[in-house]
Amino acid sequence: MENDLVSLTIDGQKIKTKKGTTILQAAKQAGIDIPTLCFLKDINEVGDCRMCIVEVEGRRGFATSCIQTVEEGMVVHTHTPNVLEARHIILDLIISNHSKDCLTCTRSGNCELQDLATKFNVLQVEFEGERTEHKIDDLSPSIVRDFNKCILCRRCVAACKNVQKIGAIDCINRGFESCISTVGDHSLNDVNCTNCGQCIEACPTGALHEKETIDDVWIKLKDPDTYVIAQTAPAVRVALGEEFEMPIGTNVTGKMVTSLKRLGFDKVFDTNTGADFTIMEEANEFIERFQENDNLPMITSCSPGWVKYIEMNYPELLPHLSTCKSPHQMFGALLKTYYAKKEGIDPEKIYVVSIMPCIAKKFERQRAEMKNDGLYDVDNVITTRELSRMIKQANIEFTKLEDGEFDSPMGEATGAGAIFGTTGGVMEAALRTAQDTLTGENLEKIEFTQVRGGDGIKKATVNIAGKDIKVVAASGLANAKEILEEIKSGKADYQFVEIMACPGGCVMGGGQPIKSSKIRSEIDVRKLRADALYSIDEKSTIRKSHENPVLKKIYKEYLEKPGSELAEKLLHTIYQKREKYNI
Amino acid sequence: MKTIKELHQIKEEKRRELDLRVNTKADTREKHILVCHGTGCTSSKSPEILEGFRRILKEKNIDNVKVIKTGCFGLCAKGPIVIIRPEDTFYAMVKPEDCEEIIQTHIIEGNIVERLLAKDIDGTKVNSLDDLNFYKKQKRIALKNCGVINPEDIDEYLAFDGYQALEKVLTEMSPKEVIEEIKNSGLRGRGGAGFPTGKKWELTRASEGKQKYVVCNADEGDPGAFMDRSILEGDPHSVLEAMAIAAYCIGANKGFIYVRAEYPIAVKRLQIAINQARDYGLLGNHIFDTNFNFDIEIRLGAGAFVCGEETALLESIEGKRGQPRVKPPYPATAGLWGKPTLINNVETYANIAQIILKGSKWYSSIGTENSKGTKVFALGGNVNNIGLVEVPMGTTLREIVYDIGGGIPNGRDFKAAQTGGPSGGCIPKEHLDTPIDYESLKEIGSMMGSGGLIVMDDTKCMVSLAKFYLEFTVSESCGKCTPCRIGTKRMLEILEKLCNGEGSELDIYKLEKLAVNIQKASICGLGQSAPNPVISTLKYFREEFRQHAIAKECKALECKAMSKITINEEKCKGCGLCQKHCPVNAIEGEGRNPRVINQDKCIKCGTCLTSCPFKAIGN
Repeated sequence: MENDLVSLTIDGQKIKTKKGTTILQAAKQAGIDIPTLCFLKDINEVGDCRMCIVEVEGRRGFATSCIQTVEEGMVVHTHTPNVLEARHIILDLIISNHSKDCLTCTRSGNCELQDLATKFNVLQVEFEGERTEHKIDDLSPSIVRDFNKCILCRRCVAACKNVQKIGAIDCINRGFESCISTVGDHSLNDVNCTNCGQCIEACPTGALHEKETIDDVWIKLKDPDTYVIAQTAPAVRVALGEEFEMPIGTNVTGKMVTSLKRLGFDKVFDTNTGADFTIMEEANEFIERFQENDNLPMITSCSPGWVKYIEMNYPELLPHLSTCKSPHQMFGALLKTYYAKKEGIDPEKIYVVSIMPCIAKKFERQRAEMKNDGLYDVDNVITTRELSRMIKQANIEFTKLEDGEFDSPMGEATGAGAIFGTTGGVMEAALRTAQDTLTGENLEKIEFTQVRGGDGIKKATVNIAGKDIKVVAASGLANAKEILEEIKSGKADYQFVEIMACPGGCVMGGGQPIKSSKIRSEIDVRKLRADALYSIDEKSTIRKSHENPVLKKIYKEYLEKPGSELAEKLLHTIYQKREKYNI
Repeated sequence: MKTIKELHQIKEEKRRELDLRVNTKADTREKHILVCHGTGCTSSKSPEILEGFRRILKEKNIDNVKVIKTGCFGLCAKGPIVIIRPEDTFYAMVKPEDCEEIIQTHIIEGNIVERLLAKDIDGTKVNSLDDLNFYKKQKRIALKNCGVINPEDIDEYLAFDGYQALEKVLTEMSPKEVIEEIKNSGLRGRGGAGFPTGKKWELTRASEGKQKYVVCNADEGDPGAFMDRSILEGDPHSVLEAMAIAAYCIGANKGFIYVRAEYPIAVKRLQIAINQARDYGLLGNHIFDTNFNFDIEIRLGAGAFVCGEETALLESIEGKRGQPRVKPPYPATAGLWGKPTLINNVETYANIAQIILKGSKWYSSIGTENSKGTKVFALGGNVNNIGLVEVPMGTTLREIVYDIGGGIPNGRDFKAAQTGGPSGGCIPKEHLDTPIDYESLKEIGSMMGSGGLIVMDDTKCMVSLAKFYLEFTVSESCGKCTPCRIGTKRMLEILEKLCNGEGSELDIYKLEKLAVNIQKASICGLGQSAPNPVISTLKYFREEFRQHAIAKECKALECKAMSKITINEEKCKGCGLCQKHCPVNAIEGEGRNPRVINQDKCIKCGTCLTSCPFKAIGN
């Protein structure tokens, strides 16, 4: 082991660290925080921005601390006058080609460039000059690109191209004219973008952000003729608190519900209930297909970025996709039918707002198939970030709120619904229901830990009712691609596949609070948020979807049974081959 | 496939046949008319000349004369060039319509076509190539075969000892011995930085890995440099042979030549050469009956300057956007697809076979203490003999400009020379006698670079020169790192301000501050060296920058925004010629009265300056 250690000196501190460690990591171990901008751990380690430069004795020029590794006897200085001057100039140059409208920027206060400008006390820009000008692209229902704020760190490119293996965006042109764009410089809406939003999560500035739709919500909330219903996805409650300086992974379900009521929503329901419906329908569909060996493996369909991906890239595999709508769409459909009828509300007056960790849901909501009797299942989708802005704009002191309860009768949900928000969760929830259905028993073993955790691909064989079922849960589209290639080549022998577009699942969705590069390299954000969901599940009195009394009631009163004609009409959908490029 | 015996046979037979190419006293009734087919002469209709000769010879039933296509002779300013061997008669600026006369007078009647002989700078006509001052101080090693052989005929390369070095290496030497020989020769990379070639080979050999690659950097991008193109067009096999030798040394079985698509003739001849070498078994498996296997593929570059940077070149070969990687790791340890890769430039490779055949001792006897051998320069700018010259390291700039280059045209004075292109710097008059090698150039603030050498006379403004190079860098920056992407743009903006008379002393300070930091903080050689033209012009011509900044004056008259053309009343005779020539009617006055320039209308084109017979108009 001793051979694997390297001794070096950083800013006078002698340290030992593992071979292969970057200078940046080694410095971090010594409590030295070298500034970075383009660096995003494991995703973008390219040394483009040059903020992380340091001096290494005996080396010509500066070393790039975010990628260059330690060497025995290396003597590193991270803040010599030379380094500081160069860093100042680099920062100055970046700012000189950046639209400095911080006051009107969505990322103000959570901007890595702004933080550095504060740190380096940039009082005026020394090297002002021509600025590259770009048109804002806001045609996508999910993502707005404002490259006047782009600093060409390429974190978004790495997220799209390397993490998701989509490559919808990349660098075009050269030199000063370089910019991040799409094929033929077309709108993101017209190219192979899946609307996952991982690029937004990666962006250190305000060059990429969600298409905000809270204005419409405000208007509807103030309209006495509109019955505004909120439904909240599981992953929102374990991340919303972060926007109010609460620790990552804090479960703020109660405060969230209270804040929504304070905002003026007529009813606040839980999308977890919708997730329970999804499980009922999906487990039923799976059992049928499993018994008939029909289009196996069956693949989950609740992640709209994933659905768009398969429609664009593997249309021949669409029959494998479960026909289930995603939980909030199912729930929206039920709100405008069953609930409206029951409460005697004109469905046309109901305005369903889904609060989601996801920006692809903004796209999904307006798909033509997501309508019933001429009405959209869901009328607006806002993200965790947008909700936090609404709460702030309504002058609500979130952290001081009392805990509230979801409204009845559509507010009761199970632990199974909660874990939908993390990779492996849909699979686990479905297996809980499937095993009870297949065995006809009420089994106690309900935790399928093989499909938990942060790995991109998790394979397991579970024995249900004496039969081995091979399952796999994949998150991130690069991993999805791997699984699809296996299926396509006939090598896959799975029966059930769960896929989520975002790496880690919905807790890491494109609509979640944006974490800086520094936080992402120091903290496993995914784990903290996912653990909070598992904790909700664990504390739930009901942990199986089919045991949810709300479901039992609605199936009895309205839908009859999973897979019934009405259920098919309201809760299931169709897919189609989608062109990657509309250009 | 040819057996070794067959190859030897071809060599001997062909060598006898080609003796007249290098021996003016060759005992033969044959004649070879060599027509330059380098890019320069080709664009001046040399293919038509070649066809013309062939047609006329056929019509006249002359069968002892062959017309041969060759690579570049070097003296491009006098192209298209035709040389008749064995007598070595050198005809310059030949036109297709001259073919008839050359055949009639020279070939049939045995007389020289006097009017087509090349003239030296002093006006004397010269008969043969070697009599020209341009060639006298040159020593051709890398360009040895250029202009001598037909680059599209492997037999001609074999005749002049081609592939003999490869045979020697494969059959008589161990890789270590070859590397030792290259190290002893003192050969350094001709692409610019001058890294010792043998050491590079040794490092790549020492890198662990089953799969290794040999790459030839033929992405010549410096403005005005065309030595690599000439070698590829005139002697492509010399590069293939050297790559095979390198591959044997480092343990590679695959090579790539990365050549820019703007060099169509070079690409075509390279492909012909590769095909011929494969046909003869000189590329492929079991070369020279040994266990050594090696093949080469061509990869075309789209002409981005940055792709000459070795790691950007590797990215481009891999099919990615041409952007540099942070070094270390160097390509020797992690190159193409992460495998150990040896990258040398065309001119470096062109020296290898000669070193193997003639020995490292011979090679290291040429040049200076730390820079051995020769260097090819593309001589251009304000110099009489524009072209390609190969001189021993240590030749002074004065010798290159005045003896070989024939001095400055129009009797003007030498102001500075730029070496190393946009990555290099300028050399002022006081350093004219510096012996040119890697170290001395670096010492005076320039660099060898790939070998562009641009001479400037005293009408050139050095601020504009710096601006010109920065314009190039700004448009060629890949945009990956901040200092180069935005920093060079800001430098250019400052230089534009200075040239427009809108600058101040503070701008010079800013310029220097940016320059120093861009040098240190950029990722690759392009960014790190982009400020060099500014730093070196500031070093030697600071006063000129100050004149631009403070007095708003460009003494060289190049910065039009600041120049003001006036007519000296006393000298003006009122002839009105300037008025007649002025394209914008900016000159006012009548009769015999002195003329006056209306500054509001004047566009500073300078037409009046040259039209005045009394030198009354000036700045």
